[in-house]
Amino acid sequence: MNETLEKTEQIEQVIEKFRNVRGSITGLLQDIAGVYRYLPEEVLEQVSEELDLPLAKLYTLATFYKSFRLEPIGDHHVCVCIGTACHVNGAQKIVDVLERELHVNAGETTEDGQFTVETVNCLGACAMGPLITVDGEYHGKMDQNRMKKLLKKYQSTKRETV
Amino acid sequence: MKMTIEKLDNIRQQMKHVWNLREGKARARITVKMGPDVAETGSRDVVRAFLSLIRDSGVDDVVVTASGCNGECKDASTAVVEIEGKSPTTYRDLDEGKVRKIFEKEVLNGKSVPEYAAASYGGVSEAEPRYRMNLMLCAGTGCVSNNSLQLKEVLNREIDRQGLGDEVQVVLTGCNGFCAHGPILVVQPEGIFYQLLEEKDIPRLVEDHFLRGIPVHDYMFKSTEKELPIPLMNNISFFKKQRLVALANRGLLDPENVDEYIGRDGYRALVRTITSMSPEEVIEVVKSSGLRGRGGGGFPTGMKWEVCRNSSGQDKYIICNADEGDPGAFMDRSIVESDPHSVLEGMLIGAYAIGASNGFVYIRDEYPLALNRLSIAIEKAEEYGLLGKNILGTEFSFNVQINRGAGAFVCGEETSLIHSLEGENPEPRTKPPFPATSGYMGKPTNINNVETWATVPHILKNGAEWFANIGTEKSKGTKVFSVVGKVKNTGLVEVPMGITMREVVFNIGGGIPNDKQFKAVQIGGPSGGCLPEHLIDTPIDYESLTNAGAIMGSGGLIVMDEDTCMVEVARYFLSFTQDESCGKCPPCREGTRHMYNILAEITEGRGTEGDIELLEEMALLVKATAICGLGKTAPNPVLTTIRYFREEYEAHIKDKRCPARVCKPLITYNIIEDTCTGCHLCFKNCPTDAIVGEVKELHTILQEKCIKCGMCFDVCRFDAVRYG
Repeated sequence: MNETLEKTEQIEQVIEKFRNVRGSITGLLQDIAGVYRYLPEEVLEQVSEELDLPLAKLYTLATFYKSFRLEPIGDHHVCVCIGTACHVNGAQKIVDVLERELHVNAGETTEDGQFTVETVNCLGACAMGPLITVDGEYHGKMDQNRMKKLLKKYQSTKRETV
Repeated sequence: MKMTIEKLDNIRQQMKHVWNLREGKARARITVKMGPDVAETGSRDVVRAFLSLIRDSGVDDVVVTASGCNGECKDASTAVVEIEGKSPTTYRDLDEGKVRKIFEKEVLNGKSVPEYAAASYGGVSEAEPRYRMNLMLCAGTGCVSNNSLQLKEVLNREIDRQGLGDEVQVVLTGCNGFCAHGPILVVQPEGIFYQLLEEKDIPRLVEDHFLRGIPVHDYMFKSTEKELPIPLMNNISFFKKQRLVALANRGLLDPENVDEYIGRDGYRALVRTITSMSPEEVIEVVKSSGLRGRGGGGFPTGMKWEVCRNSSGQDKYIICNADEGDPGAFMDRSIVESDPHSVLEGMLIGAYAIGASNGFVYIRDEYPLALNRLSIAIEKAEEYGLLGKNILGTEFSFNVQINRGAGAFVCGEETSLIHSLEGENPEPRTKPPFPATSGYMGKPTNINNVETWATVPHILKNGAEWFANIGTEKSKGTKVFSVVGKVKNTGLVEVPMGITMREVVFNIGGGIPNDKQFKAVQIGGPSGGCLPEHLIDTPIDYESLTNAGAIMGSGGLIVMDEDTCMVEVARYFLSFTQDESCGKCPPCREGTRHMYNILAEITEGRGTEGDIELLEEMALLVKATAICGLGKTAPNPVLTTIRYFREEYEAHIKDKRCPARVCKPLITYNIIEDTCTGCHLCFKNCPTDAIVGEVKELHTILQEKCIKCGMCFDVCRFDAVRYG
């Protein structure tokens, strides 16, 4: 309950910031995503109303850019780099392991809400490939076995949500 | 505190000792032999005594280093003094008094310490902390992900424990470019390179090398296990052949410390530009240098600036395109992380030349560390008055703002980027008009890539002729490349234009790992093409690469070997461009989709006669009719792989065979009877229970259940699993 209140306040601040300095709408969406880790429908409606921005415009941008999602993200965000260097070094096998072990397709969240698996087109750490990030933490030189072990580690320590 | 030209000069003077230490540029070098037992021999006191005199006198071109014992006790409290232009002299049985005498006589040329200090500090005694050793610890994304920040903590702890806190300083630097060998530590002034460091290595490193002066060979670079270690960074082939311009400060400075940048002649070009050159003169210098856009277009930078300057209108803008979307490329990430001020200085010079007072840096969201470093750099520059109004007391004002990308490859295209900045749908538009005449908000806008901006200060500092003397006739200067994929020394390199692909892949890159055969190198990312083996001696310059059917691109070089399927590579690139296509124009939206479908069918064993010709026809159509660079260049990987690897396409289509054994539907995994030991490991690891067999008996793969994941191949220790 407290957390919801806190997030509502943060959104108020985001709206105020945009009202004062009418910057880029993409930046506005990034600030919203910074609070909720995704773009909730109600919040987009609220922002559209209060800042007099067409909802269609917000959705055009929200659905165009890869870094925005319209569904809540899981407790752990797993990103597999499928840039060319990682691809050539077997990144697809890492995606396959994740899809197999977690029973999801890339882009989806597991049923228990623990993991969201995504692919990303390049993280810019090509010498470390195949590369993944889990909650922003980089793990380089991945192979199928190491991926399985890393998953187990996260599965056995469930993240605490307040 | 706002800077003036004099204050900048002062900072440069104050930082001289740092740069002389880090570049090993010492007029005088004092090597103290540590003796077999450092605690007993008094060598530590000798080191400290010299260091203290260096501090007190303010001399900035003297280094003192510790050197290991050779077992003879007469080395105790011995120092070798080497002064430039004179033969080295050895002094034995030193104590504090003797050290002072030698220092004053030899190093200060007969002056006393207080006398020298007065001259150095302008009459005010201001002894600064001086170190005899700087540990340049890489804190680029690669090394940070390998825990280099934790290593810093452990290093500082050990250094304090050994009482070296006043002598040895740990400095976090930006990316060194040799990421696969991280965490990397370079010891200055010796120039010794350490790699793949772990926390458990630190105590030995600190005690043996930093305290006793005995470098640790176990942690040095070796090109293969059998070879001898190579202690000096400049002797490692990866670094030896590089020529650093845009990456000149790589691994040598703390990117979050603006004084260090100023100390290494940073913002000097800006001072010269805005105080003694006209904007037209600046543009002439850039034109004469021959600098061409480093983002991939290769358009002459000076000419672009001139068009923008001459466009009508008061309000002009400049943009730094840091939306490095090519997968496999991380040049821009590295430059922004390691040397953000070089980009800002370049933008300032460009803004002055063009007549712009506002600028943007559009940076990829996937680069959080680069974003952070750039934000800090802008903050510091603003604090120093190097950004903002009336810079350095002139009429010139310039402000810059950061905008984050949100994951769209097409935003690397300049009109799409501008639309994104404006808050519009980030779709490109036809050109003309070019941004130089009508760009951001319809105003004249000049967009350049990170590397282009970072190169500009060096050209203004050293002159157009200096830059034009590097490279070839039409491709001047240097280029930064990310050399990745199937290559031993993966990393970031800067080389002079005109170097051959062979030198980059085999000399600098070290060749192909695991004794595999080189097959091709992909240049230019999803817009580019591949060079096969028979073109490996192609010089790297704009024209030669275009003639070979490739492009320079932003600098990603993906090396491929015999285990890479070129048809699958084409499919992969098309899946990327299809995914990233904005959807605005049918040639790209529909054309790439149909090309992708054909390629997918071919890799799945359903290719038919005529597919290759159809792909070629579609490719040429899409190239001719798509609106923007993404669509126009998307067919390039298909065209070049067909040009150079047609036989692979034919094998897939006619024989339903993948010669590189990559395309899953065309390969089968088998266990070799003679080699299988029945260890049961494959059985335990198979995700679909497709392997049958009892312990110590031959195992077999049930083909109908096998999903070709390759786990059995990965885990087998007896090489009993084959695929093909």
